[in-house]
Amino acid sequence: MTVPMYVSPEQVMKDRADYARKGIARGRAAVASTFRDGVLLCAENPSNTLRKLSEIYDRIGFMGVGKYNEFDQLRIAGVRHADLKGYSYSRDDVDARWLANQYAQILGQYFTHEMKPLEVEILIAEMSLEPGDDRLFHLLYDGTVMDTTTHVVIGGEADVIRERLEASWSDGDELDAAVAVAVQALAGPDRALVPDDLEVAVLARENGRRAFRRIEGEALASLLG
Amino acid sequence: MGPPGVTHGTTVLAIRYVDGVVMAGDRRATTGNLISHRSMEKVFPADNTSGVAIAGAAGPAMEMVCLFQLQLEHYEKVEGNPLSLDGKANQLSQMLRSHLPAAMQGLAVLPIFAGYDERVQTGRLFQFDITGGRYEERAHAAVGSGSLHATTVMKIRHHDDLDREGAVDIAVEALFQAADEDTATGGPDPIRGIYPVVAAITADGYERLPDDEVAARTDALLRRIGGGEAT
Repeated sequence: MTVPMYVSPEQVMKDRADYARKGIARGRAAVASTFRDGVLLCAENPSNTLRKLSEIYDRIGFMGVGKYNEFDQLRIAGVRHADLKGYSYSRDDVDARWLANQYAQILGQYFTHEMKPLEVEILIAEMSLEPGDDRLFHLLYDGTVMDTTTHVVIGGEADVIRERLEASWSDGDELDAAVAVAVQALAGPDRALVPDDLEVAVLARENGRRAFRRIEGEALASLLG
Repeated sequence: MGPPGVTHGTTVLAIRYVDGVVMAGDRRATTGNLISHRSMEKVFPADNTSGVAIAGAAGPAMEMVCLFQLQLEHYEKVEGNPLSLDGKANQLSQMLRSHLPAAMQGLAVLPIFAGYDERVQTGRLFQFDITGGRYEERAHAAVGSGSLHATTVMKIRHHDDLDREGAVDIAVEALFQAADEDTATGGPDPIRGIYPVVAAITADGYERLPDDEVAARTDALLRRIGGGEAT
């Protein structure tokens, strides 16, 4: 009988983390940032059918990068959880902090107990009713949760894009300025992104109960100037 | 009549006009011979481009509307685009079919479903029976204990070139005549400021008419009737 080779737990975790990070780094990045009237979600996405951004609930949006089938599965689970909770209790009882915790549990479970970790990085955005209280929850492949109130970059080359975003992001921007800053950060100095390369959506306070709206086609082109 | 002690809702209707559909419902809920609620809502948005109006046992009916709204929104979010109007009507059919055992025990729910169909660029409306049977109507539909009288008004006054104002006037008059003949349908109540719920569904979406507008249409109707045109 052969004795299985000993691998230290530290090595197992490191290998899994490297594997997940490699998968995520291959994909293109996405940016979430708050602006005067809500939250902007902006992803580099050449596909018109496979979506990275989506509506979860009235004031909650979702953004995923990495392996499509894996973050889409998480997205659907989130919609189902949120709809069920809102139906059983009240729409007011569904919030992003609760949802982020649910996602952290799932991601953590996969990372430690399954054959392979999920190769995804996701962001849950919640628009507040009053300006200045928007929340962004950034979740990593291992279930780590980070919460911020201003801007987040997820996906490949996130560090470089974050630096560019930090240099030009400012509090209380109008939508067109916020989109310009996000697109500039995603594109970098050497390329220009056209509407077909982008997927843009907002959670805006003026939109009523379901705050999520996609900005596509003509509307996006005119916003980019 | 259902089991004693169960609250019932009463006359609701839908009328097709050139730009879409008008839906309307009275505000009275009754328990036996008593009025149990004076300001019931019986017309609801199902989603942004369709509406549902209910008659029958109030508890199960409202539960059915909540579940229906949830299913349409859930489908739209998961799939990324909304169900077709036929798909939505079919979904409501299935909910009614599964409600049949309760309906046989006296807790029947009868909805009207109407909406704007993007694919054919027109308003469409559907009536149902307790077994889940789905019947598309061309011009108008009404359910509830006062539906016979409401239908008579709609039948006489409906025509193919109806505009929104005309459709709202017919809806208000149909509900008024239903309330005039049927004890379980509530008429306009100017003392408390309670008027029928009226909604218009067009390519621009579901819009509930403000109470002021319905009150003004009702006043115009009452003046006309008071002037001796009706008996």
